[in-house]
Amino acid sequence: MAAERLRIRCLLFALAAALCGCATHERIVLLPESGGGPTSLVVRQGAREVLLDRPYAAAELTIADPFRYDASAAEVQATFGEALAAQPARAAHYTLYFVEGSDDLTQDSKDALERMLAELARRPVRDIVIVGHTDAVGSDQYNDALAKKRADAVRALLVARGVAANDIVAIGRGKRELLIATPSGIAEPRNRRVEIVVR
Amino acid sequence: MLRAMLAVLVALIAPLTCAAEIGQVKISKGTVTIERAGQSMPASVGTRLQTADVVTTGNDGSVGITMTDDSLLSAGPNSVLALDRYDFDDVTSAGRFDTSLRKGTLAVVSGRLAKQSRDAMTVRTPSAVLGVRGTEFVVSAGNGR
Repeated sequence: MAAERLRIRCLLFALAAALCGCATHERIVLLPESGGGPTSLVVRQGAREVLLDRPYAAAELTIADPFRYDASAAEVQATFGEALAAQPARAAHYTLYFVEGSDDLTQDSKDALERMLAELARRPVRDIVIVGHTDAVGSDQYNDALAKKRADAVRALLVARGVAANDIVAIGRGKRELLIATPSGIAEPRNRRVEIVVR
Repeated sequence: MLRAMLAVLVALIAPLTCAAEIGQVKISKGTVTIERAGQSMPASVGTRLQTADVVTTGNDGSVGITMTDDSLLSAGPNSVLALDRYDFDDVTSAGRFDTSLRKGTLAVVSGRLAKQSRDAMTVRTPSAVLGVRGTEFVVSAGNGR
């Protein structure tokens, strides 16, 4: 008799565990934004919607309605410590400028390139995209060639300093994407640039 | 004339799109695998990712991925993360990025896609869809820790 009661109790316990545990158990926590800017997330479960719009705002999804609560840094670390520890370094963006009509870097940009190389050394795997641009002086054809030449020149500088050529993509966009909008034919130093993304 | 224009168009677009690479494994610890077209391969550091890849971590595993829109995805142990859909226009930042966390833990820093348009990036869990408006958050699903 007692054994029977125990068996029923075990069965009920297992059923309860199955209902609350495995049905749905999901958690979402909004984190503080590193740059300090605004941040938000919408959680939609069927027709229900929960807005998380401040740091540590969290939602727990169960079989019933999404449950909104405030999480803590300690809770996030306990559950997500390993995922957060595996977060790659953020992409870094650089802009280097050129002497008019050439693929020679300005002196300031030569210094900036050195700083970029120092930063590159801290990344174990690199994925680098170099996009060359020109100002609005000259034809499309001339500027397409010049933009590509600038991107290739920076690529060669990086390769000469030990960055693997395979990690770098260099492309030119000519005068299509002026940083500073000018009429055609206007020399503008800030448009004579390469933009570099390091991921 | 038309053919010449087409050739120019292809020449302009090809370097950006022909590589179907959408991201790269930057950090890989313990057992991490990628399932691609029915094949399973180790996800070592430097591995390039493609749309529809499913990334799985073992008991001792964790993985960090950087996408070409600069978004960062990292998963803890016992996780299954599917890169369901990824379209990204590098010039305009327009496109679409959908991932699913089938189980486990995931940390996200959204990138240029989510910044450009508020519905461009979603993360699915088994029971919900997260619309990412920016920028940093964590998600857990199922029995992952």
